[in-house]
Parts: sequence; structure tokens; C-alpha cells
Amino acid sequence: MEGEKMNEELEKKVFRGRIKVPYKHTAGAYVEKFITEIGKNNKIMGVRCPKCSKVFVPPKMICFKCFEKMEEWVEVGNQGVIKGFTVISHSTPVLPLKPPFAYGIITLDGADTDFVHIINESDPKKLKVGMRVEAVFKEKPRKRILDIEYFKLI
Amino acid sequence: MPKHNVAVVGIGQTKFRSKRRDVNIPEMIYEAVKMALDDAQMEPKDVDAILIGNMDHFEGINFSEMWCGIDAAPGYLKPVVKIATGGTTGSSLGICGYYNVASGIYKNILVVGWEKLNEGGATTGIITAFDPVWERPSLAGALGPLALMANIYAARYGITSEQAAKVTVKNRSNAANNPFAHIQMPDITLEDVMNSQMISYPLRLHDCCPQSEGACAVIYANEEETKKITDNPAWFKGVSTAHYYTFGCDDLMFDLPTAAIASKKIYKKLGIKDPVKDLDVAEIYEPTSWSELSWTESLGFCGKGEGGKLLDEGITQMTGELPVNPSGGVLSTNPIGATALVRFAEAAIQVMGRGGKRQIPDVETAMGMGFGGSLWTELAILGKDPKPLR
Ligand SMILES: [Zn+2]
Repeated sequence: MEGEKMNEELEKKVFRGRIKVPYKHTAGAYVEKFITEIGKNNKIMGVRCPKCSKVFVPPKMICFKCFEKMEEWVEVGNQGVIKGFTVISHSTPVLPLKPPFAYGIITLDGADTDFVHIINESDPKKLKVGMRVEAVFKEKPRKRILDIEYFKLI
Repeated sequence: MPKHNVAVVGIGQTKFRSKRRDVNIPEMIYEAVKMALDDAQMEPKDVDAILIGNMDHFEGINFSEMWCGIDAAPGYLKPVVKIATGGTTGSSLGICGYYNVASGIYKNILVVGWEKLNEGGATTGIITAFDPVWERPSLAGALGPLALMANIYAARYGITSEQAAKVTVKNRSNAANNPFAHIQMPDITLEDVMNSQMISYPLRLHDCCPQSEGACAVIYANEEETKKITDNPAWFKGVSTAHYYTFGCDDLMFDLPTAAIASKKIYKKLGIKDPVKDLDVAEIYEPTSWSELSWTESLGFCGKGEGGKLLDEGITQMTGELPVNPSGGVLSTNPIGATALVRFAEAAIQVMGRGGKRQIPDVETAMGMGFGGSLWTELAILGKDPKPLR
């Protein structure tokens, strides 16, 4: 009790600051293409490295291993395999869905990299590494990565 | 003493603009990196290590050395280090790059400075460098202290607004000769500057540097590597740095003591007796028109209070005895984390004779300067050879 009271007193001596910054993060050409394709055509697109032939999803300009500019767009599957998952059980204001829900690392068919997204299954007993999932797209796209609403188990 | 001589062997710069909505951060940085690699005709795999720098708070990001060092520069499985020292970020990068090669740790190094200032707020970021209780409510940011410095400087030495405005006219018209410069105003007049909007007395809009987006990449190499890459490198003759401390505005705000200390040190080391005669060109970091006048004094180009006279006599003009900022300087281009590295790069370009319309004839020796928070100064002197002048 004594300690709690002292903490309360000390809390009053804190100088509270607040800085508000409206950041504008430029999407760039690769994000633009990816988001347009999922919203308009429900297609998941990656880029292929001209040197090592790896297909990157999400797409990026540079293959970090080869340091080559990637310009060849390829469609990958809307289905893939869960490489790992976790279940979110506590709510915070920034979460895209009301917990509980799962996040998974998903290797899409035809992609050589992994893609992190939401899985709409919250019971860890029903989820297994290696399970197949499929993308469910938002009916009214908002030009966000969450235009893939979630992945469902198949 | 350095174990190795160090040369600039490749340079890349983006065209600086107020906004680059067409590219995200790594895509923008890649443009400069690719240009530098192509300039040095170097394979990405042959780069030994990478120094990359910006001020993360300005864009609201963190760990940029991780993703930018690899998405925008060939840093995968290599040493990648970030440097962030405010306005001096670019010169700290430039000088650390020099140390890394001069010491023999690496044969070569890729040094990258960048900023994308339209993504967030530089002033908001700068505020976080100030004491939350004492300084933030009244003084924080860049403009306020720079306006105070200009005011004290003017009162102390009788420098006029016209003399300061002449700096902007010189630098922004020089910028018209530099394809990478952000603000190019070939026809700018004294009246344009004098009649521009008052921002923070005595600083008018055109007395202040802009906020720019862009990147600068420079490749350094030791003698052996340099021989393989180019027969026209720019050699580092020496570097010098002096850091300082201010609290509130409790100290001298009209002379830049670090510029005096750092320049005296490097002039002595290189046997430079009269910088106006011994240097052929200087790229200095002037955040405001007034500061160029003041810094030229602190760097020993003239006596105290004579910065206005130096400019009036035409000495710092393109055709003068010591042209200052042929690139257009910071008044024309200010991507903060890249700004001071651009000074070093432009000094190297002048030594290599690759300045195009902004080239000063017959440059043997060029100086680049970085300036930043807490009144720091960092200098590099480059030349056709790595030797001292005397
Ligand atoms: Zn590759």
C-alpha cells in the first residue's frame, strides 16, 4: 500500500508530452500494382528475379540476394500453405479484427517468399502447420492490403 | 595517420524534389545507389560494406538500415550501419566512410544519405532532439534558433537583409546549372527575396532552405581498388570534425565556433595558409542565407563581420576567387540526411571536373562542409591527390 501511494505521488511529477504527426507513406509502384490487382481482379501478383528466378510476394523492386531490379510480374495462386501461425487473444485499438483471430505466415502456390496475413480461424486446435488456405477478397475494396480480407481453411 | 589513402570513385544523386510520390523510400534510394554503382562500374557483390543514414523520426520509421540497406543497397549478409546525427548526418556518413577505408577495415564502402521529407515533418522530428521541459515549449525546431542566430549576427556586425538576400540570389541561380538541384531560379532577383513572405524575423521564405526528397550515394575505395576503377578519382586529403553543446540559446549564436575549430585544425594539417587562395571551391552547409555569410567568416574565408563584404566583392561568386556553393547549396536543395553528403559529393565532382555547367575551371582542391544540430561542423577536403598542400 505504502509503495502504491508513493508511485501515485511520483506519477504527478511526470511531464506529459504529445506530438502529433500526420505521416504520409508513399506506396510506390510495386505496392500500387499489387493492391490494384487484388482489389480489381482478385489476383495475387508477385515479381520474378531475373537472376535467381525466385518469385517475391509481396512484390518489391529489388531481389535482396541478387540486388537485381525485378520487373517481370507473375500471378501466383490464391491458395497456399500455412508455414506458421499464432492466435491473437487480446484486443488493442490497431487490430484489423476483433480477437480472437489468427495470423499466419502463408506460402502461396508459385511464390518463393512468405506472406503474412489473417486466418479466420481462432481455435488453435483446428489450425496446423502445413494446412492449405485460400484468400477471401473484400467485396468493396478500399485499396488496402486488407482487400484480401482473410485466408480461410480449405 | 591513415593507413590507406581514400578516394571517391563513384557518385549517384537523384533529382531532388519537394515530393516523390512515384517511388517509396527504398525505390528512391535505389536510384542513387544504382547510379553510383554504374558510375564506378562496380558489381553489387563487390561492395564491402554500407553506411546509410537519415533521420528516422522525420519519416516516422525506424530500423531503416535494415530494409533500406538491403532493399535499396547491396547490404545482404554484409556490414550495414546507420548513422543519424541531424543536419550532419551526411557528413558523419562521409567521414565515417573515410575512416572505414583509411583504417584498412574495408577496401571500399558505399555511403548513402537520404531523406523523404514530405512523408512526415522535419520540424516535428527536430523537436524531439530538444529538452522536453525547458526547450520544447519555446524554442524547439530549426527555424527559431536559425532566426535568432541571424538576428544576433546582423546586430553584432551590421550585416543587412540585402546582403543576406544576395546569398539566395547567388545560390538559387547557381542551382539552375545543377541538374540535380531542387529549387532552380535562374532569374531570381534581390527584390524577389526581399519581398518574399516573412517566416520568422528576420528570415523570409527565400532566406530559408527547402525540404527536399532524394538520395545521394558515394563509393569510396583505397588506392589499390581505385586504380582498378578510375583514373579520375577525387582523393580525400583530410577530414575534420568538431562537436558542440548548446542548451536553450545559452551560447555564442553568431559565430559558428565549431566551424572555426574544425577548419583551423584541417588547414593546419594540410598546410593551408589562406583558404581563399588555397582552396578552389567550397560546398558549405548554409541552412539560411544569413548562415552562409556567417559560416564563411568562421571558416576563415574572411575576418569576423566581413561575410557580407566577401560576397559584395564577388569572391564567393562562380567567377570569384573562392566560389561557394556552385551546386546551389542547401538553400536550393535540402534532403536532410543526404544534404551534407551532397556537399562532399559536389566537392568530389568539382575535383573530377565533372560539374558540367556548374564546374569551376581547374579545381585542384575542394572543401565540403556539414552543419547540424548543437552547432556541429564536419569538413572534408578533397583534391587531385591525397597529399597535404604544403
Ligand atoms: Zn534474385
